[in-house]
Amino acid sequence: MASIEAREKRQPWILLSPALLTIVTLLLVPLLFIVVYSFWLRTASGADQIGFHLDNWQEALSDPFYRDILLSTLRIAGITTLLCAVLGYPTAYFVARSRTRHKTLLLLLLVLPFWVSYIIRTLSWINILGVSGALNAVLLGLGIVQEPLQMLYNEASVILGLVHFLLPFIVLNVYVSLIGIDRHLESAARSLGCNQRQAFLEITLPLSMPGLAAGSLLCFVLAAGTYITPLVLGGPRDAMFANLVFDAIITQLDWPLGSALSLMLLAVLAVVVAVYNRFIGMGQLARGLS
Amino acid sequence: MDNSKRYERLIDRYQHGDINRRTFLGLIGAAGLSYGVSSPFSRYALAADEVKQVRFDGWGGVVSEAFRKHAFDPYEKSTGIKVVEGTFGGGDEYLSRVKASAGGEYNLAHLSGVFDYARYHELGLSTELNEANIPNLEFVIPKLIDVFKQVSGGKLSCVPYDYGTTGIAYNRAHISDEEAREKGAMLLIDPQYKGKIGGWNDWRTRIWYASLQTGQDPNGATDMDAVWDAVRTHRDLALKYWTSGAELMSLLAGDEIHVTEGWSGRIFALREEGHDIGYIDPPNGFGWQECLFVIKGSPLEACEELLNFMLDPVTSIAVAEGQNYPPALDPQKVQLGDKIPTLPAFDPSGTLENLTFADPTYWNSNEQEWSKTFGRVAKGY
Repeated sequence: MASIEAREKRQPWILLSPALLTIVTLLLVPLLFIVVYSFWLRTASGADQIGFHLDNWQEALSDPFYRDILLSTLRIAGITTLLCAVLGYPTAYFVARSRTRHKTLLLLLLVLPFWVSYIIRTLSWINILGVSGALNAVLLGLGIVQEPLQMLYNEASVILGLVHFLLPFIVLNVYVSLIGIDRHLESAARSLGCNQRQAFLEITLPLSMPGLAAGSLLCFVLAAGTYITPLVLGGPRDAMFANLVFDAIITQLDWPLGSALSLMLLAVLAVVVAVYNRFIGMGQLARGLS
Repeated sequence: MDNSKRYERLIDRYQHGDINRRTFLGLIGAAGLSYGVSSPFSRYALAADEVKQVRFDGWGGVVSEAFRKHAFDPYEKSTGIKVVEGTFGGGDEYLSRVKASAGGEYNLAHLSGVFDYARYHELGLSTELNEANIPNLEFVIPKLIDVFKQVSGGKLSCVPYDYGTTGIAYNRAHISDEEAREKGAMLLIDPQYKGKIGGWNDWRTRIWYASLQTGQDPNGATDMDAVWDAVRTHRDLALKYWTSGAELMSLLAGDEIHVTEGWSGRIFALREEGHDIGYIDPPNGFGWQECLFVIKGSPLEACEELLNFMLDPVTSIAVAEGQNYPPALDPQKVQLGDKIPTLPAFDPSGTLENLTFADPTYWNSNEQEWSKTFGRVAKGY
């Protein structure tokens, strides 16, 4: 009996071991390297000076430059998440409640953007919003404007690019949540006197919140960590925090400072996840994704 | 010096008491080991190390196309060694990749400027080329070779390959040649073109042009506050900092920007495509020379063979005509054909006296501080 119990105790660990090994090797060990790196220094020639120095952390935590860009990044990520939620929920609701026989096609359209590279999708906006892009050509052709509008290389174009990139994440999460709701509940609410709007607000929306929250969390975290979109669609002042990490590591060859900055961003996002866990619960995230 | 001479000298030093018995025996042992690994028996072990490919990293776009068509394809056909290509947007970015790599992963790079060469050398990434294996070096402008040798103690870790300028490119539909010539570097901070100005996201180029805009020597600015103010002025007027040659060409061709500094060869390529883009080198404009750098840990003989192949006048001229940058070949020694003399920055004398190059000591000694400061200024600080 004892050996059966012991085997049953071991079994989950044996089954989990490939995943755990992967996480340890590909996530925790590199993270540990980054932590160690953050205490080194960069020498004048660009080589690393090994040791335990707090200079990078002191600079990252006390310099208003990093604080301001971090706050700006969180603001952009917040706006992006809000726009994704506002645009994504009705889309997901429509697909989930659609009775058309082409529902599979609609779902296919939702995942279609994932088949095209994120960078290509981002670059495509240059052909749409550029001075000689499609939108300006239409506006000029219709005589609505006399001069091409400058729509690119500002914060709005960065947010647009991020919404374009992240919208499917929120739509899919909300969709999964919506189709899991027993539709008889809405019927019951209607039969008890609710109008359609009340039934939605009292029944459907609260029950779909786990999906909306899971999608929003994903959107926020991915938006806050992006650097391609501001690089391609942003102007000189539209950098986000990940661009600072890129600059430190790639341009300035300052891996130790870049490590400290990346850990700082990681810590801030971990706090966001912790707040989410405190008020909504990570279990809801799993439910939203299931 | 051959090996027999080396052994004789070693014995002589031992007999005269210059080295002790333990050191002598150690060196003899090392010599035996080195014979062992180079003996006929070792070839079976070394067969696995036979060079099948070398990696080359460059600037992409029309430059890479020219290298592939005129150099790599014929080289592969001739030697059977495959050339694997990669691209980068700038020397800093590439250096970071090399630093993160295992030794030997990266082999040859198309580096820009002596300052890059010096940085790679200081980081211990250089090697010592055997010039005897690169006889085509004799066709190269001597001045271009000498500046590299001065950095690396008389040895070469690269061969000079081409040169060019980062001048001012402007859309002739909006800016006339006369206006560009009259304003020179100031054109890049002319408020009249606010929102239609571009610039390379490169701290050296920004500081170089800011030095010109503030009337200072680009290789010895003394008032850095004025320089940073000029960089800020440009930033506030600029629509976009471009990060690659392809983006530069796209911004100019798409009429997103009307003026920017640009790479001479890329602007020439735009003009060849039919875009009406003007190009001037203002006084003390940014001249640079590019080299093919061999990174430490690379298969030297295969790399030397490729370098010699690429310096062959036929290959070098074909690549130069393809990438639109004059080759490092000395016009006094090699007939360069019809197109090359028409390229921007071409110097028929071969002395390159009319170009101002970046002083590696000046730029590299300030690299750490200035690259970091530019990172802040560029983002609004």
